[in-house]
Order: sequence, then structure tokens, then C-alpha cells
Amino acid sequence: MTDQAESVRTGSAVEPLPPKEKRSNFALDTRLIGLLGVLVILCVVGTVTRPDQFLTEGNISTILRLAAAIGVVSVGMTFVIIAGGIDLSVGSILALSSVWLTTLATQAYGPVVMVLCGLLVGLGCGLVNGILISYGKVVPFIATLAMLVAARGLAERISGRRTQVVSNAGFLDFFRGDLLGIPVLIWMFALVFAVGWVVLNRTTFGRRTFAVGGNPEASRLAGINVKRHTALVYGVAGLCCGIAALMVVARTTAGASTNGLLYELDAIAAVVIGGTLLTGGRGSLIGTLIGVLIFTVLSNIFTLNNLDTDIQNIAKGVIIVLAALLQFRSVKKTKTST
Amino acid sequence: MTEQSLHRRRFLLGGAAVGAGALLTACTSNEAPAQDNAANVANAGANSQPGTPVTIGFSAPAADHGWMAAITKNARAQAQKFSEVTLNATEGTNDVNQQISQVETLINAKVNVLVILPFDGKALTAVGQQAMDAGIQVINLDRVFDTPLAYRTWIGGDNYRMGVNAGNYIAQQMKAKNIASPVIGEVAGIDSLPLTQERSKGFKDALARQGFAVGPRVAAEFTPESGEKQTSNLLQSAPKLDALWNHDDDQGVGVIAAINNANRKNFLMVGGAGSKNAMNLIKSDAEPLKATVLYSPSMASSAISLARLLGQGKGAGDFAEHEIPAEITTYSAVVTKENVDKYMDVGFDS
Repeated sequence: MTDQAESVRTGSAVEPLPPKEKRSNFALDTRLIGLLGVLVILCVVGTVTRPDQFLTEGNISTILRLAAAIGVVSVGMTFVIIAGGIDLSVGSILALSSVWLTTLATQAYGPVVMVLCGLLVGLGCGLVNGILISYGKVVPFIATLAMLVAARGLAERISGRRTQVVSNAGFLDFFRGDLLGIPVLIWMFALVFAVGWVVLNRTTFGRRTFAVGGNPEASRLAGINVKRHTALVYGVAGLCCGIAALMVVARTTAGASTNGLLYELDAIAAVVIGGTLLTGGRGSLIGTLIGVLIFTVLSNIFTLNNLDTDIQNIAKGVIIVLAALLQFRSVKKTKTST
Repeated sequence: MTEQSLHRRRFLLGGAAVGAGALLTACTSNEAPAQDNAANVANAGANSQPGTPVTIGFSAPAADHGWMAAITKNARAQAQKFSEVTLNATEGTNDVNQQISQVETLINAKVNVLVILPFDGKALTAVGQQAMDAGIQVINLDRVFDTPLAYRTWIGGDNYRMGVNAGNYIAQQMKAKNIASPVIGEVAGIDSLPLTQERSKGFKDALARQGFAVGPRVAAEFTPESGEKQTSNLLQSAPKLDALWNHDDDQGVGVIAAINNANRKNFLMVGGAGSKNAMNLIKSDAEPLKATVLYSPSMASSAISLARLLGQGKGAGDFAEHEIPAEITTYSAVVTKENVDKYMDVGFDS
């Protein structure tokens, strides 16, 4: 269904759906350039303070591998926030998936079952969130808060709070290996991001996500099954957590109920400074990607220069506030231009 | 799409979901093949002959990580060794109020001796004093009460010396290898905790005595994931690294993963706490972990032995004093390939 048709069918009683990015494009773009500027400035600082290390292949690869797991989680989070929701349970779902795929029983089945397990648990938890929110009419904040507590609790139950080391060499060799000279983790990150971008910007599913977040009532009148779509969006976020769980297990060689601690806050922060509106209906995956990279590069620079973590957290806070201020200005601009 | 094919699709989807659910449930079992999980118990000394019956009350935080689980396991195993000892162990809890009422319950039950590992030493001080006032001797395990009035004997680990022994071992290895100005890294635990600060201070002081300094330092969060993340960055910051001390063997799982991910070799890594996993790695002589400094949960076994002797009014064998000492600090031994077999029994599942 095209946009025009959708807005025609909504009639004049309700606001038309936001057309595809045309009007907000300029504001988003200037913000993206600003964000990119922040990232470039950080890279310059890194290069100036550690000219011997920052731009080496090893360091770039480290930054990207550290960004991979939180990046994939943030892709899912971007979908949820554009659809007008919020997901606080991503870190806990990641922990549960990582524990579930590293139990001795799962490891005995071999790497394929381990991967399937991780993905299915993530998807399942996400769908439970979605069904509670759209069909159970529970507020997203509350439903995912419940999942945040319960999923981590179940992860602790299953693992007995022990660190479950992976002994399956096949699984580790694949995920920790390289493909064409680039770590598999970075390929996975790139693939998830590319698929996410195509789905969000070039498919009906993506257009409906914007529509549902921008104006659920109009979307419903336009014939979109808003409930089902909302549930699916949370499923996407859960699946992303499952993929990220594979990455974390590969990197640390272990599943633990402490995996993914505070990921929800990092992911929300990255999405927000990337220019996605918490009110839904507008957002950009590219912005999210830059947001994730800004935080990862920031902590890399601090460690390269052997600085304390507390200063790092202050800097992180300042960046979030600056981005929020930028966002406020751009919202005002677009409001006056419509 | 026809109605019939929709029904079929839903039926198939439902079937797939049920199948996936069954597969997943089968994947939650963690039954290990039979392995030797014996908790470590104190060796029998001259005092090992059964004496008068003693009832020991035991209270500790929830077994929410490997070390704490080993504490409770060791206490139970040690109590079982003595035919005349009855152990009255409460359910572990991280709720201070609940722990206080548990200790009060044990006081009312008139146990002979109490062994308490408080979740928070300050908060449990009053109830420790209450027990002492009621004539029950208290053994304070590891996390210390605010005042000696609240315990008869304290036994616990030594965070400062953990750092000292790690520093001394690294310094000695560097000198043996003739490395003049080595780059020595440190992966700490949670920096805001006093125990982490003590460990780091001991490490720094010991290295300074030998004319060395701590180089790149990061703080993780005692979890494998944080260990991997921080160490990945640390390795990038130090293209040349000669030694690395990691405070905690559980977080060490991630630290070692990061080192292997970065394909870094030729440096010496020392761990901390003494998990079974770390000891197995030291035994197999795999890169990079060569040693770990103990902070062993075997102290719980010793606490039960001490409680029994206190209850029977005996002293510690081989000491000239008639009584059990008021304070005992366990020693942070350095476990290396040479002596790892001797220490395997105190390794715990992290």
C-alpha cells in the first residue's frame, strides 16, 4: 500500500500519516552531520592522544567488535522506539539467551542447536513482551520492566548463577574466527544493520512501523493491524537480543546471568542521541549506529589514555544531554515547518 | 489468500512453536557428567577426637555467585566431618533485615556458637553484640563487624596481601626474565568497593618496593563480559605488555577470552581468588594464565572447626595459648604450575 493511498483512506478526520521522511529529512540530516562531527572529533582526539595506537587495524577491529553486541541490540531498540514503544528488557533477554544456549544440555546438541536456542529464546521473550503490550494492553514500560526482572531471574535459576564456559570448539571457532580477513562478529553486525536498514526504509513493514509510532489511530483506520504489528516489532527486538547473545558468548567464551547488564540504558542512549524520537514515528538507524560508535570510541579513548572510568561516565552524560538539546531544537523546527 | 490455506498456515505455525518450545525446554538442563565436587574440609589434627556435642548456628548471604556458594558448601561439609557437631544453617539472604532476624532466631534457639558472614558488617554489628551478650560466642567470617565487641574471633581473607603477593610474584618473574622496565597492567574489580581499593593498593605498594609501577589499569565489574570488554581496550592501549594482574577469576574468564581474541602472547597473567577453572588452566600450562593468588572460601571450613573448638573450650593445636586466637587472617598463597595439585582441593566453581 502506498503512502498516498493510506492518507487518502484515513480521511480528513485524522491527521495524515507522516509522509516518507520528506519533510523531516533536512532536520534529520543536519543532526546526523552534527553527530558524525562528534564522532570525527572523538577520532581526532584519539589520534592526537595516542597516534601510535588509535588508528591501527587492531584497535579499529576491537572498537567494532565491542560495538557489535550493543549495536545489534540498538537496531532492535530503534524499531521499538520508532513504533512508539520502549523496551527495558533487552539486557535481561540477552542474559537469558546466553545462559540458555550454554547449558550443558544445549552444548551436547552441538553448535547449530546452540545458535537456534539463542535466537528462539530471544524471539520468544520479545513476542511475549509484544503480546502483553498489544493484546494485554499493558504499558510498554511496565511490561518490559517485568520482563527485565523475570528474564534475569530465570537466567540465574537456569545457570545457578555460575559462569557456564563454552567447551564446544565448533561454536567458538566459527564466531571468533575471521571471514575474508574480517572478524565474523563484524560481518554479523554489518548484516543485521543492513537488513534492519532495508526493512525499515524500503519495505511495508518499515513504513508501517513509522506509521504506528506516528499515529496509531490513523494507522488502524488505514487498515494496518496495529496490534499484530506492535507485537512483531517487539519480536524483532527480542530476536536482536538473541543474535547479540551469540556475540557475547563468542567473545567471552561463557554464558552468565550477568551478561548484558545495563544494555537497555546504553541502547536507549544510543538510539536517542541518534535522533530517534522517544515519542515515536521518527528515527534513523544510521543515527543509532553513529550513537553506538560514539560511546564505544569514547570508552576506547579513555582506556587508551589510562583514564578513570568516572570521568568517562561524566563525558557520556554530557554527550547525551547535548544530543537531547539538539533534538529539542529540531523538533521545534519541524513543528513550525509543518 | 484463501481461508483454508490460512488455517493450514496457522496450524503449521502453531506446530512449529510447540516443537521449538519442547526443544528449548530440553536445553535447560545443566546436569554435568559425574565429577568430583567434594568440598574442601580441614585436615584432622590432634583435636579431631570427638568431644562434647556442639550446636553451631550458621548465617551467610545468598549463594549468588561461585565464591559465596562455596562458602556455604564448605561450612556444611566441614560440620558433617564431626560426629558431635550439629549445624543449624539458615537460608542465605542478601536482605540485611532478614539476616538480622535469622541470627536472632539462632540466638533464641540457644545454639552454642554462631558463625556469621554478614551481608553488611556494619548493619549486623548490633545483632552480633546481642549474641555475645547472651553468652553465645560469635565467629565473624570475612566481612568484618564494626567492633570487636560483636565477635569472639574473626577469620577472613586479606585483600591487601592478595595485591602484595600478586605484585611480588610478577616482580620476581620479571627479574628472572631480565626485563628492565616492564609494562605491568591491572584489571581491577568494582573500583568503588573498599576491597578492590585494598587489592590495588597492595599491588601498587609491592611493585613500588621492587622499583616497578602499575601501567595501564582498567576496572571491570567482576563479570566475564565486563572483563572481556575492559581487557580488549587495555590490550589496544598497550601494544607491549609484560604482565597483567586480574583481581578475580570469574571475571578472568572474559579477560582470557579477550587475550585470545586479540591473539596476544608472551606475557604473564596472574589471576585472583582461586577458582577451579583458573587452577585447571594453570595446571595445563596454557597461555597466558600462569598463577593465581588465593582468596579462598576454605575459610568457611576453618570457621566451623574453630566454632567447634570454641564450643568445647579447646585451644588451637600446636599453639602455646590455651585459647583460640581473636583474629585469624587467611594467607593469599600464590598458586602456580608447581604447586597447583596441592591447592586443587580449595578451587571453587565460579
